[in-house]
Parts: sequence; C-alpha cells; structure tokens
Amino acid sequence: MTETAQREVGRARPRKEDAHLITGQTNWTDNISVNGLLHLAILRSPMAHARIERVDVSAALERPGVIAAFSGRDVAEEMGSLPCAWPVAEDTVVPDHPPIAVDEVRYAGDPVAVVVARDRYTASDALEAIEVDYTPLPAVLDIEPALAEDAPPVHSDKGTNRSYNYHATSGDYEAAKAQAEVVLTRRYHQQRLIPTAMEPRAVVVTPLAASGDFTLYSSTQVPHVLRVLLAVTTGIPENKIRVVAPDVGGGFGSKLQVYGEEVITLVLAKRLGRPLKWTESRAEANVATHHGRSQVQDIEVAARRDGTLLGLKVSLLADMGAYLMLLSPGIPVLGASMYPAIYKMRAYDFSCTGVFTNRTPIDAYRGAGRPEATFAIERIMDDLAAELGMDPLELRRHNWIRHEEFPYTTIAGLTYDSGNYEAATDKAIALFDYDKLRAEQADRNHRGDTVRLGIGVSTYTEMCGLAPSRWLGEMRYAAGGWEAANIRVLPTGKVEVITGTSPHGQGHVTSWSQIAADVLGVPFEDVEVMHGDTRLATHGMDTYGSRSLVIGGVAVHEAARKVVDKARKVAAHLLEANEADLEFAEGAFSVKGSPEARKTIQEVAFETFTSHGLPDGMEPSINAEHVLDPDTFSYPHGTHLCAVEVDTETGAVHIRSYVCVDDVGKVVNPLIVEGQLHGGIAQGISQALYEEALYDEEGNLVTGTLADYMVPAAPDLPEFVTDRTETPATSNPLGVKGVGEAGTIASTPAVVNAVVDALRPLGVQDMRMPCTAERVWQALRSAKEASA
Amino acid sequence: MTHISVKVDGTTYEDDVEPRLLLIHYLRDRLGLTGTPIGCDTSNCGTCTVELDGAAVKSCSVLAVQADGSEVTTVQGLARDGEWTALQRAFHERHALQCGYCTPGMIMAARELLREHPHPTPDEVRHGLEGNLCRCTGYQNIVRAVLDVSEQEVTA
Ligand code: FES
Ligand code: FES
Repeated sequence: MTETAQREVGRARPRKEDAHLITGQTNWTDNISVNGLLHLAILRSPMAHARIERVDVSAALERPGVIAAFSGRDVAEEMGSLPCAWPVAEDTVVPDHPPIAVDEVRYAGDPVAVVVARDRYTASDALEAIEVDYTPLPAVLDIEPALAEDAPPVHSDKGTNRSYNYHATSGDYEAAKAQAEVVLTRRYHQQRLIPTAMEPRAVVVTPLAASGDFTLYSSTQVPHVLRVLLAVTTGIPENKIRVVAPDVGGGFGSKLQVYGEEVITLVLAKRLGRPLKWTESRAEANVATHHGRSQVQDIEVAARRDGTLLGLKVSLLADMGAYLMLLSPGIPVLGASMYPAIYKMRAYDFSCTGVFTNRTPIDAYRGAGRPEATFAIERIMDDLAAELGMDPLELRRHNWIRHEEFPYTTIAGLTYDSGNYEAATDKAIALFDYDKLRAEQADRNHRGDTVRLGIGVSTYTEMCGLAPSRWLGEMRYAAGGWEAANIRVLPTGKVEVITGTSPHGQGHVTSWSQIAADVLGVPFEDVEVMHGDTRLATHGMDTYGSRSLVIGGVAVHEAARKVVDKARKVAAHLLEANEADLEFAEGAFSVKGSPEARKTIQEVAFETFTSHGLPDGMEPSINAEHVLDPDTFSYPHGTHLCAVEVDTETGAVHIRSYVCVDDVGKVVNPLIVEGQLHGGIAQGISQALYEEALYDEEGNLVTGTLADYMVPAAPDLPEFVTDRTETPATSNPLGVKGVGEAGTIASTPAVVNAVVDALRPLGVQDMRMPCTAERVWQALRSAKEASA
Repeated sequence: MTHISVKVDGTTYEDDVEPRLLLIHYLRDRLGLTGTPIGCDTSNCGTCTVELDGAAVKSCSVLAVQADGSEVTTVQGLARDGEWTALQRAFHERHALQCGYCTPGMIMAARELLREHPHPTPDEVRHGLEGNLCRCTGYQNIVRAVLDVSEQEVTA
C-alpha cells in the first residue's frame, strides 16, 4: 500500500453533522417555506374496506382560503399506480395501487380526497366539509383468515388474498428429518410494528412553470430511487425532477418508500402551478406510513440427541397489508437466506406466502426480514436446548461455523467471508458473568422465589449491503445494489466528497470524511461530504438495509484511491520522475530515495487548476468517481446476552443486564458504531416487551397516537454494555461489515429467550411478543391451570 | 385575533394571532424559528419542548396567546456568540444524537432536569427525560451527556 498510515479510520470522532442539529439550524422538510406556498391535507378512509359511492368536495371548495379539492377520480389519470419493485415470484399478484383511492378503500387510512388551502389549519378544517358515501364491504384483518376459501378478497378484481408463494430448498429436508432423533416444531408470531421515526413525513414541491422543472423535498431515505419512480409514475421527465432529502429525522426503513403523498403533492403542484406542502400528523403517520413485521412463522428443526442440527424447515405467512409497497413481497424472502444463521446443517426448506389484509401496508422496518428470521432460529435453538437438556450456548457452539472454517457457504447458499463466533461469545460470557447468573437462577428456582431470573442468548449474524446487483436480479428485485462516490479536490486543496447514500442519522458525513482523509492524506476538517440531492449527487442507491458503509463508504475509499492514482501521474510530471518511483505518504508524493523532492496532493490539485504546464494528453483534473458493485454481502455477527427478572406475581419483566459483543469488521468510528448499536438494541427490546400495532374488530388502528402506541422512553430501557471483536471483512478493501441493524436483529430473541428461560420451570414454554406484564401473568396462570 | 407580545430568544415580537394558534406553530410558522420541531399531536413526544418563563413546556400544548407577556427560550437561543452551552457540547461529545430530531426537545428538557436536580443519578436522569422520546439513540448516550454536565458543575 502506498497510502498514508491510517490516522482517521478507527478514531472515535464526534460528528460533524451535530453542529447544526444541536443549535436548531435544521433543515427538516417541514421547515421549508417559499413564497406562495400552499398546504395540502388528506382525507382518509375511516373504514377498513368499503366501496366509494360518491365523493363531493364542493362544500370544501366554498370555504375561505381553500384553493382546490380533489377526489381520487379527479386525479387518477395523472398519478398512475404506486410501484412495487420486488415481485419475488413470477406470478406475484400485484394489485393496482392508486395514490388516492378511486373506487374502493382497502384500509383505514387509505387516502380518499385532498384539499389545498392557503394554510395548514384551513386545509385540515376543510376536510370536514367533504362528503363521502361509503358502502361497507367485509374486511379481512388477520393473516390466516385471509387465506380461507370464503375470505372476502381485499382486491375484488384479484379474487384471492394470496399475493405470492415462494419456495426454496437446499439439500433434502425430508431425508435429514428421517435421520433425526429430535424434531421440534414451533409457531412464532411477529407482531405488527409502527416504525415511528420521530420526524413525521413531509413533502414540499416547488414547480418552476417556465421550464417545467420541479424540486421535490421529501423526508425520504431514497432520493435517487424516488426520482426514478416519480418520473415513471407521473410521466414527468426524470431530468425535470430534482429530489432533495434535506435533514431527515429518522427512517428505519419507513422512509424508503415511494409514497402516495409524494406523487399527490408533485402532481397537484404541477396542476396548480403553485408550491405545495404536505406534512403528516402523528396520527396520520401511524396509519399511513408503512408498518413492519407481521408474520406467522412455522419453523421445524431436525437434530440428533447430541445437539447436531440436521435440517431446518421454515414456512411463513407474511402479511402484506392492503397493497404491495416498494419492497413488501421481498422482505420475508430476504430473510429466507438468514434462517440457517451461523449454523451448519444438511438441509433447508423455506417457503413463504404473501397475504393481503385490510390493514396498513407492510414493508421494510429496521432489519427488514432479518430480525424476523433471527428471532425464529434463535428462539428454536433455545427451545431445542431445553428439549435436549443442554446449555443454550453449548448447543450453539456445537453447531456454529468455526473460525478456521471461513469462508463458509451456508445451506442457504450464502458465502460468509469471515467471522469469529468463538471470540465474540467468549468475551460476552466474561462480561456478563454467565456462570454466576446461572447459579443465581438455579438458586432462585430452587427457593421458589417469586421473582425469577431468566437468561437469554442470541448469537446472530446479519446480512448487510443488499448487493451485488446480479444477485438482486436473480431475486427479481428491480434495482441494482451498487453505490456511487465522487471526489473533487478543489484548487485550494480542500476536498468534496459526494455520495449516493442518503443518511438520516447514521453519521455518513463524519465517517466518509474519515475514510477520504485517510486515503488522501488530508486533514479530516478539510473534507466536506454532500448528499441527498439528485442535482448534486447525480446517481446513487441511497440508504437502507445497512448498505451505506459497506458499499457507499467503500466506494468513497475507492474513489479516493483513483484520485491518488490520477494525482500520481501529475506529480510524476512535476517531479520529473517515473510514476513507479513515487511514494505517497502523509498526503504527499516523494521520489523514493530523495524525500526532499516532494509534492503534496494540494499542490498537485493547484497544478491541475492552472494546468499551465501539463503535457499534452494529461487530463487537467484529479477528480474521480467510483461506482461500486460489490461481489457479495457482508456478515457482521455477535453475541447478545440478556438477564431478566420476572415478577411471577405481577408478570412484570425487568431487564437486569444486557451485554453484547458485536463484530462489525473494521470499525471506522467507534462512537458511531456504539450509538447505532444502542438504538438498534432499544428497538429490539421494545419489540420483545412493549410495541404492537393493535386494531379493533372493525379494522381501526387503536394504537393510532403516541398516547396509545408504546414507544419506550428512557426509564423503560436498561444500560447496555457493549463491546466488540474486530474480524475484518475480506470482501472489501476497508474490511468493514456494516452495523445499522445489528442491535435490532440480535436483541429481540435475546430478551424473549430470557423471559421464557425464567418461566420454563413454571411450565411456560413460549411467550408471544410483546411480553407485557399482562401476557406474562396470563401465561403463568394458564400454565398453573394446565398443571393443576 | 388577539394581540400578543412575546420575547423569544431575546427579541420581543408583537403579533395578532388566532386564539387557537399553538405556540409551536407561532414559533415555527410566524416567527420562522424552525429549530424546534413537531413530533406528535398528543403532547407525548417532547420534540417541541421550549422554555416558557424559565420552565420547560411542550409548546404543542400551549397556545400562543398564553405566552403573551412571557419570555420564551428555544434551542436557537442557547448558543451565545457561537459558544455552545455545556449541554450542547456534552450531547456532541457523547454522541447523544443521531438524526437529531428529538435533540432540541431533549436539550431543553435536560436543562430543566439539571436545574431541579443539579446532581442526578442515572435513574433520575432517565425519569427526568421520560416525556421526551428518541427513536435513534436508545437514550444511553443522552443519559451520559446529562451526567457529564452535572459532574462538570461539581468540579466547577
Ligand atoms: S410535538 Fe409536542 S409533545 Fe410531541
Ligand atoms: S436522535 Fe433521532 S430521534 Fe433522537
């Protein structure tokens, strides 16, 4: 390597992006105001399923300050159907998805009409004046009833609530099962979750009538993908649309969408020739922003008595909600590769059925398919350990891929490049004081203590990157998995990095600066990072699925290397030396053996700016672009251990300690990595103990506000002890693996395993999430009755 | 319309407002002080927290007319001559924010917490911030940041 020694990568840098956020100089989409701005409000269906007989907006139009009002029928032609980009099976049923319902509403919250007014209060007040006649239709709310022969169809033109069947096998599961001494079958439930990014969604569109150009600001994770799909959906040429993602207040997958509201705001701004803003209320966010999880998981594991795993069979029913959103069908299928996790086995059989219900659509949320998969495998590993009378960690150790066996191709066909499950687990055990806690648990059980101790284990792996493009193509995913980075060295030697990733809290500006500063040998402070604007970052694939660092960050690294290579040519000319005789260190080229002959990269940049003395044929620029399409995913892993105390009299669960050791490969910024883990663990714990989207029998969301939907606050969460091991990825030059979803993926099974571990001696074999005090108490009571 | 006179971050404003106008909308839409964001419509999230006559309030549950004759401090009024407050610095150093949407409210709530309990325990910090939700950080670094400031005060 001719680069400078690593000075920045690995350093716990506080973030550059904090300065404007902690002083309130923010640029949230809802902050944007322009002259002549109008406000849009949306009337939503109060019913889960109904035919729209009539929509009358005339009374709304008469209100002072109301500029326009439209029904779905008024605007249907211009808006097209919202796209689904991942129809996983050839015969996937993809229903029409109008941004505003035209003939039928299919979930409570489906948009029915819109009002445009001079201010937001007038717009939302005028919604009351719109008259809609509905004829209620039978609604189907739950996954299994939706598949019944006589179930009312969510989409009458489709005649079935089955969106797709997906089946994949590897090895002969039935043969493996025939050789098994133990076969364990379980059914787990992934409850429906509401993503709840703290910033509700917002869209602002400013049209430029003269040129037919539009700027669309959106609190989106995917400005590039959004632009393509807005063009396809509305017919407005792609190069007439500029999409900007300003500061974005959290996403967690819920903002990777092409939402109806984005299409509506764009089309109506075009129609009215006026700038338009729509801002979601929290009550709207809860019904109108896609939900996550919602699966029924049937899982079967075949093993020998000594714990050796032979085969795994998984059969999922996955709720799609009322429509397919951008990635809906692909989310459970993405999880398909992750059920075998870190374990060796001979056979694997996976099938999944996507099911329509009259509820808010489901799509990617924090981990997207992988938390669901990890939950099921890590739960059944614990159940199997209990069945075999083994320690759950011993069972895992017995089956996992050993350090010396990497690279290893799993039964699901993924090749894990590197990993060290032993090291992470040993470290976690030591930090957790595993044996001591087990002894205390035995003692409490022995004494019949009313407060029981449970220990939960989760040895997870994650699949980061969602690439290569070829693999995505094989999976019928309608986009690539590459990422672009552009580096400009300005005449003064300052550096601009333009990335195709679009952060919303992940700290790309800081991490990408660290990466570029190291390769170029320039100060961290000299690097600016720009993103989230399609006019600036001309192409990209945006931020989701823990892809940013492993693809976008590595692309920055590679673009910087190209800059150095280009600069080397210029430096060789300036130093009158052979390129091969130049060394590059500490940001300067020098001739081997005569270090006084030296040109810094800043000097080289200035030379290309003036270009007075460059020889013919030498390009006067050291700027570079790199578009990276990696060969493979990356696979962080780790061991999470959780101890809970369960009060058997009240059912209350208290997390006593939480320890994790994660291996995310090379760490660019330890501060950011730790922060990402904390947030993820909080979400995973919350799924285990607190959160669930609940509907009444009519299909109305009863957890429609933050007063009803439990988002944990500071007192609801414990201190986390986080540590790490560092096994570099061998599949990219930075050795990074990604981290964004690790905490979420690992923690849910660790917590539920701990709760079940506490209750098993009392006859409770399983707990449905969230493990609220009431549920635990009920489970204990049923167990008592069963044994009486 | 009701006439109000409010001092916000050091500047006095005189305005006629609709009686139903919420303080948060007055700050954001009328004064253009968009540093304080809105996260909910039920006064549960705390992102809109500002100080009204020195006490932390959720500005989505106060009417602009109620602020008549009062002094309001928002996150935008904290830094003086570019110098951050100790809490702002601690949030930065501890990586107590990710997307930053909850941050203005967290900082305003933490100020009140430290005024009431200058030397809180970690549990007291957690309880003191109960009304402010963060979906990114898991709270641990926020708690650390607040504790850092309380310790600084001990030694100072
Ligand atoms: S916006 Fe005020 S508490 Fe949520
Ligand atoms: S930092 Fe994103 S909500 Fe707190």
